[in-house]
Amino acid sequence: MLAEPGDFAEWRSAARGLLAGGVAPEDVSWRGGAEGASLFGDAAAPASAGAVSLPRELLEIAERVICHRDPEVPARLYRIIWRAARDRQLLARTTDAEVDWLRKADKIIRRDVHKMHAFVRFRRLGEEAGRESFAAWFEPSHRILRLTAPFFQRRFYGMDWAIVTPDARAIWQDETLVYGPGGTKDEVPDSDVVEDQWRTYYGAIFNPARVKIDAMRAEMPKKYWKNLPEAQDIAPLLAGAEARVERMREAAVSLANPLTDKWRTRVPDELLLDDDVKTLGDVARAVDRCTRCPLYCNATQGVAGEGPGAARIMLVGEQPGDQEDLQGRPFVGPAGHVLNEALEEAGLDRRRLFLTNAVKHFKFEPRGKRRLHQNPTTGEIDICRWWLDKERAFVQPDLIVTLGASALRGVTGKSVSIKSMRGAVHELDGGSKLVATIHPSFLLRLPDRERAAEERAMFVADLIRARKLAA
Amino acid sequence: MSAKPILKKLSILADAAKYDASCASSGTVKRDSVASKGIGSTEGMGICHSYAPDGRCISLLKILLTNFCIYDCRFCINRASSNVERARFSPQEVVRLTLDFYKRNYIEGLFLSSGIIRSEDYTMEQLVEVARILREEHRFQGYIHLKTIAGADPGLIALAGLYADRLSTNVELPTEAGLSSFAPEKKPETIRKTMASVRIGADDAIEAAKSRLIGKAMPPRFAPAGQSTQMIVGADAARDDDILKTATNLYSGYRLRRVYYSAYSPIPDASSDLPPVRPPLMREHRLYQADWLLRFYGFERAEIMEGASGGMLDLAIDPKLAWALMRREAFPVDINRAPRELLLRVPGLGTRAVDRIVAARRLGKLRLGDLAKLTASVKKVLPFIVTLDWRPGKLTDSADLRARFAPPAEQLALAL
Repeated sequence: MLAEPGDFAEWRSAARGLLAGGVAPEDVSWRGGAEGASLFGDAAAPASAGAVSLPRELLEIAERVICHRDPEVPARLYRIIWRAARDRQLLARTTDAEVDWLRKADKIIRRDVHKMHAFVRFRRLGEEAGRESFAAWFEPSHRILRLTAPFFQRRFYGMDWAIVTPDARAIWQDETLVYGPGGTKDEVPDSDVVEDQWRTYYGAIFNPARVKIDAMRAEMPKKYWKNLPEAQDIAPLLAGAEARVERMREAAVSLANPLTDKWRTRVPDELLLDDDVKTLGDVARAVDRCTRCPLYCNATQGVAGEGPGAARIMLVGEQPGDQEDLQGRPFVGPAGHVLNEALEEAGLDRRRLFLTNAVKHFKFEPRGKRRLHQNPTTGEIDICRWWLDKERAFVQPDLIVTLGASALRGVTGKSVSIKSMRGAVHELDGGSKLVATIHPSFLLRLPDRERAAEERAMFVADLIRARKLAA
Repeated sequence: MSAKPILKKLSILADAAKYDASCASSGTVKRDSVASKGIGSTEGMGICHSYAPDGRCISLLKILLTNFCIYDCRFCINRASSNVERARFSPQEVVRLTLDFYKRNYIEGLFLSSGIIRSEDYTMEQLVEVARILREEHRFQGYIHLKTIAGADPGLIALAGLYADRLSTNVELPTEAGLSSFAPEKKPETIRKTMASVRIGADDAIEAAKSRLIGKAMPPRFAPAGQSTQMIVGADAARDDDILKTATNLYSGYRLRRVYYSAYSPIPDASSDLPPVRPPLMREHRLYQADWLLRFYGFERAEIMEGASGGMLDLAIDPKLAWALMRREAFPVDINRAPRELLLRVPGLGTRAVDRIVAARRLGKLRLGDLAKLTASVKKVLPFIVTLDWRPGKLTDSADLRARFAPPAEQLALAL
């Protein structure tokens, strides 16, 4: 006989004894305290043998399911652990009728627990020495108080509270949690000063144009309404909803409120026209507004070149990548790290170079949580040359180093291969020299280590040549 | 300004906040008030403490600090030219309300937004101040969601991320054209830059945690529940395809946890170019389903749009079913053999049902009767699957398959 229905510890110790004694489920009759019958029915009291080990998950589920009000539950649970002691895979057999029942019963209890976490409404009792105290009356569907009280303890550690249910009560006072017998509604205050504010909020947050009563009732079943202060407003809110929407429809549109014009003192940001771009600073501001090609639509920002206006060497890459797009600076992502290391090895000080890209906006393909780099088309490179030409005109470098094919296209305006240009020094219109090399991201994509080391050495050699040429 | 009684202010500023769909309180770190001996906890899974008759969950105290606004976004009840009554809370009043509600177990925390007053920076400072008081002066451990004001200084956003669980910046309208005609002061690039600041803040915090020296304290978390955004559906001419395109870009670029789709709902005192119509709730629902397909079912946007027409999702049937009907050669799928990715493509099977099937079939071949215990919608999956005792035969390719699922036209009208 179980003295206290829903008490997991009691059921567990009884079940353990039975299991150890090898008492089959059909030989046990489980009865609640009120029925006053023997726990073991006609079966002989079990001989205490070694403890039987059960999957931890099953014990956790049993601890919840024992709270179910169905009087058959202790017996059904025992049948399941009896089987589980012989079949370690039992819980995974979701198509088994008893496991199916267990999972469903567990779901019911977990939902009841979740709803209790949600729908308990505390009312203030008072305050003593700066510590407030509250009480709540709640009627859960099952005997779940002990499953829920720890949650309230973790959440409301800094105040005293009591939750009274018909079956039991939990009291948190002076940082101690104790359980006691069930009680009645009138032990708890019938109002709270803040309830008016809560009901005002409830009414104001409701949108009368999208009434969905079924959705509300599915999640907040009517059985809980009697203890929810806001629930008394549901009917009047629904009754008035249609009329409120109708009034909006009839009022249709209104004239702009002239009084509010004075708030709107701001002028839209000035637009820089092409002719206004007179310095490198103008480029940086204006490139962010560029709409010459559609790449601006998805990128975070236009990324202009960076470096001293008097730089003797200009490095041109392809386009900003993911990090460059976020931070608004060129060469700050993985390829930027490769470049930084190579520059250092080549004896070049990044702070004295002007770094930029052939295309100023990031072109990518969204793929889940990542943005996959896409090569810009020659059309996009050619359109964006307007900005690169401005930067070249303002910086007037002695030497331009193009990193990769897109940069080469951006600087020369022609589709020429890196191979055909590499290793030599070329003269550009306007007097700058040109050194063509690979893009550092190419090194990141080489799977073969030996090959990567070779390519990297060639890359550094190109940078060293550039340093010597500009000296 | 402060002459208005608190109930009046609450009524105005909650009313003004209700068009923001987000109310989530999930996905943050586990916290409780045991160590601080204060108030509040977060346990990963959010809690909906109540439901309004519009079916929406009430999890957070969702209010504006003020509904005064210098912007004039036409779809917004708080736009500068609106005749709506204005009010403003002091940071202390918001703190008081949050704690009073929280201690009575009405809410999981606060979702604070604001109209733009004076400047973006000033507004953001005010929001951050409320969060600071709650966290530092009251040791509040509950959930805080702050709106990030697009264009606010990145330093303020970095500060907001230290106090808040979640940050959000609303895109509002999915296309450039929509935004420039309906929200002239809002710039898409400003919104994206603000989202980028949030992502940088989160990335930096993760980096700092990784490179932490053993024995040193964990560096502070940055908005552990991530960032989200909202797009209004049906206020402008944007098609579902445009909306999903913007959504995929934002998910990929800024690691958004959620994109909320909010059916444009008639507002009191509407602007003349937005006639009051019924909110397109079914369209909103289909967009959420498509969003789920993108995030949890391995679908690409282009695939989802195979089941659409003219860039609009089918309103009568869900987007996975619409896709499957266009791709019947991919079916039937054998429940006992197909890899997880293919099971996820079967109309009627959700991620949980698929997980259960994969687990159950390890212990024995599945029949239809078994399937009934693993999923709620056996009838729906029948044309698309094979089990030990079931083959759909000609059903998969039958011409009237769509009609089996699509509700009669009249019902659809009601659902809208």
